Amino acid sequence: MTEQNEYPESGRVPTRVIGTPPADAPIEEHDPIHEPAGVEGVIPQDPVKVRKAERMVAFLFLITFLAGAAFIAAYVIFQVGTIDKTATSNYALGGTLALALLSLGAGVTVWVRQIMPKYNLVQERHLMASDSDTREYVKETFLQGADESGFVKHRLLRRTLLLAAAPLGLAPLVLLKDLGPLPGTSLRHTVWGEAMKNGKPRRLVVEGTGQPIRAADFNSPGGILSVVPEGYEEDLNALAKATLILLKFRPEEIKSGTNKNWTVDGIVAYSKICTHVGCPAALYEQTTHHILCPCHQSTFDAADGAKVIFGPAARPLPQLPLGIDEEGYLVAKSDFKVPVGPSFWERGDAEAEVREKA
Amino acid sequence: MNAPPKAITGPSTFLDDRLGAGNFLKRNLRKVFPDHWSFLLGEIALYSFVILLLTGTFLTFWFKPSMGEVNYLGNYAPLYDVRMSEAYASSLHISFDVRGGLLVRQMHHWAALLFVAGMTAHALRIFFTGAYRKPRELNWLIGVGLLTLALLEGLTGYSLPDDLLSGAGLRITQGVAQSIPIVGTYISFFLFGGEYPGHDVIPRFYTIHILLIPGILLALISAHMILMWVQKHTQMPGKARTEKNVVGAPFYPAFMAKSGAFFLFTFGVIALLGTFAQINPIWLFGPYNPANISAGSQPDWYMGFLEGALRLMPAWEINFLGHTVTFSVLIPALVPMGIIMTGLALYPFLEQWVTGDRREHHVCDRPRNNPHRTSIGISAITFYGILWLLGANDEISANFHIDLYTTTWFGRFAVFIGPAIAYWITYRTCIGLQRKDAEVLSHGVESGVIKRMPNGQYIEVHTPPAEDIAEHIRGKKEIPVLTGSADGDGIPPKGARSAIGRLRTRMSEAYGTDHVPLTDGHHNGHHEEEPAAVGAGERKELH
Repeated sequence: MTEQNEYPESGRVPTRVIGTPPADAPIEEHDPIHEPAGVEGVIPQDPVKVRKAERMVAFLFLITFLAGAAFIAAYVIFQVGTIDKTATSNYALGGTLALALLSLGAGVTVWVRQIMPKYNLVQERHLMASDSDTREYVKETFLQGADESGFVKHRLLRRTLLLAAAPLGLAPLVLLKDLGPLPGTSLRHTVWGEAMKNGKPRRLVVEGTGQPIRAADFNSPGGILSVVPEGYEEDLNALAKATLILLKFRPEEIKSGTNKNWTVDGIVAYSKICTHVGCPAALYEQTTHHILCPCHQSTFDAADGAKVIFGPAARPLPQLPLGIDEEGYLVAKSDFKVPVGPSFWERGDAEAEVREKA
Repeated sequence: MNAPPKAITGPSTFLDDRLGAGNFLKRNLRKVFPDHWSFLLGEIALYSFVILLLTGTFLTFWFKPSMGEVNYLGNYAPLYDVRMSEAYASSLHISFDVRGGLLVRQMHHWAALLFVAGMTAHALRIFFTGAYRKPRELNWLIGVGLLTLALLEGLTGYSLPDDLLSGAGLRITQGVAQSIPIVGTYISFFLFGGEYPGHDVIPRFYTIHILLIPGILLALISAHMILMWVQKHTQMPGKARTEKNVVGAPFYPAFMAKSGAFFLFTFGVIALLGTFAQINPIWLFGPYNPANISAGSQPDWYMGFLEGALRLMPAWEINFLGHTVTFSVLIPALVPMGIIMTGLALYPFLEQWVTGDRREHHVCDRPRNNPHRTSIGISAITFYGILWLLGANDEISANFHIDLYTTTWFGRFAVFIGPAIAYWITYRTCIGLQRKDAEVLSHGVESGVIKRMPNGQYIEVHTPPAEDIAEHIRGKKEIPVLTGSADGDGIPPKGARSAIGRLRTRMSEAYGTDHVPLTDGHHNGHHEEEPAAVGAGERKELH
């Protein structure tokens, strides 16, 4: 009975327990299903099953028709505008589209599997490589052409052609130069260093509301405030470098890493732009004074000059020298002493330079 | 049907008179395609690409690739009159003011995820079955190029809506670009038209996303298909399947119809996802502002391994002669991607070098039958997977109440130890599966029939395995091994004398040595080492 375990005509790998006979293995010695009829390797389906499958396929195609019509109807009936209306329209359009596509796909699949014959066709492969005669011919033709063109013989032609191509090859690169200005020293400065038009120092204002901050009123030990430069509240390029976080400490909490000359009544301002790859370091844990960047979890000790405690950032968040103006509002005494944000090749050890100067 | 209808013969004759298309069709209408479920993985990627082109074109009709600032006056009430870029405002417009816009936007995003997922799964199928071997190395290289381009295409695509989440991704991209030694600041300034974020990056990414990369993808995918067509498909080992033939169903009509149906299924599933599985709800994130971020920002899945690498890397930055090199950005941004893509690209050639195998291969390996290759693949998946998982370590920490830094420290070790463990486990599993195969062939399978022998002994009857399964197992191919052993005069072959030559020989031995050669029990029913097994000849009486 070994021969009955064979599964000769189907190219499919059956899904069943290893070694057990296939479910549709014929009981009879003569197998009417797998009997090759007509063309070898093309095994027709059982006509009874074909008729049943035909009805199934027709039913699925009918569903596609109805769902397709419903899709068009849904487009007309359901308008968008509010959140709820958009949601309804989305469900109606997407639901009908998905139904139409899936039932069409299912219909075609049943058609292929149960109406079209099963196939076990065999085709020969041929080596990809061409035969040696062809190779020889191509080689000869190549050499002949090279000689005829004079490319080999005329050295001057060859060299001037290469010479001619060189600047043309560079031209597209040269054209790209005006994609942007050269960096210059722009990464070293922020708008905190620019003088106001009226000559007064630039105030710190609350991000979102634009309110200036009176040193005496900012009294929230434990909290942080996101602060932007006055006059640049909406300038994204300025904000990408100049945004600050403002914290207030009790005097005894401030450690040596923080420059106390740059604080006002225990109020400290650090750059909000992470020194790793530039995400805003926006999370703060007040019990530990940890500033955390949500992107890659660089953690900084706010009480100790925002030095790095954990994570991939290699440098502390730069501290901004703070002062107050005559009306008692917080202002920047100067720009950051070191470049803010992610590192770059030309940056160098700016912190060491500052220490040397001090 | 006795004769084709006139509606077909007319145009066909017209075309054949001018193109000679009949010769092509004669050769190819009945081109045979082998069948295996895993051959559909690449098709998922192909059809997702078609759906991406369709949905993407629809989106371009309304999307405005501009960073000019406007006050939003559309239908989404919570952001009414909020200042934002035109790109973000038009993305909101597509979502809330265009019928079907939200559906198509979500389908586009899902199709993109499925595109990369389909490519990845397809590449793994090719790798583990050795289908990249000669003559298909070039198509493998095209595939590696496609995968790399797809990542870039995804990155430029999800930056376009200019919402707070996409801006975070863009910011990280800029930070990484800026950290590249010597040219980093220039790359960043040229890409962004000056300082970050500038006003140029979205129109530029738009051109790259809808013209440049899709154009290259289309050309490479066409080349990929043509090479597949010309070289013919590989096939899994089985009865009557050899290196010299293809066994399966003809292109016309069966394979054509099956592929069409599978396209419809892919399309339908993407439509289902786009309808019922919300993705990238940009209206919840708000417009981009470099001063803001939301916790738990996650990129699309295929960027997760880079995100994880950035998170795991400890701080490391050096300064010399006034210059800065930030290894804590450079290493995670370049090394894992470099290892994976370069490794993929070189593997076929390294394997050829190690095995010395220059033959054509058209019958796939079962993964167990090349244990070292399979182990290398699983190691790479583990390496990638750990990085990918740790790209969401904040979510893991929040949802499973594990200390955040513990997850980071775990990842820092696991990314090295994990692949080694995975290698060993996979290798042993492959050997185990090979032993099982050998046993099935030599001893047969348990029949579930207990037989009492004349002497009173009870045995379980083993029967030979089904023919198709036996043929599948017998499809195992020997891996060639370079012989570095000395000849009769004690002189090793020329290539094996240098240090590299000796290494190559050793690697070849390790890679190719078959620890479980198949001893086919097909021809001899009884086995001395296991008298309980009963051969085919005795089975009839048991039924």
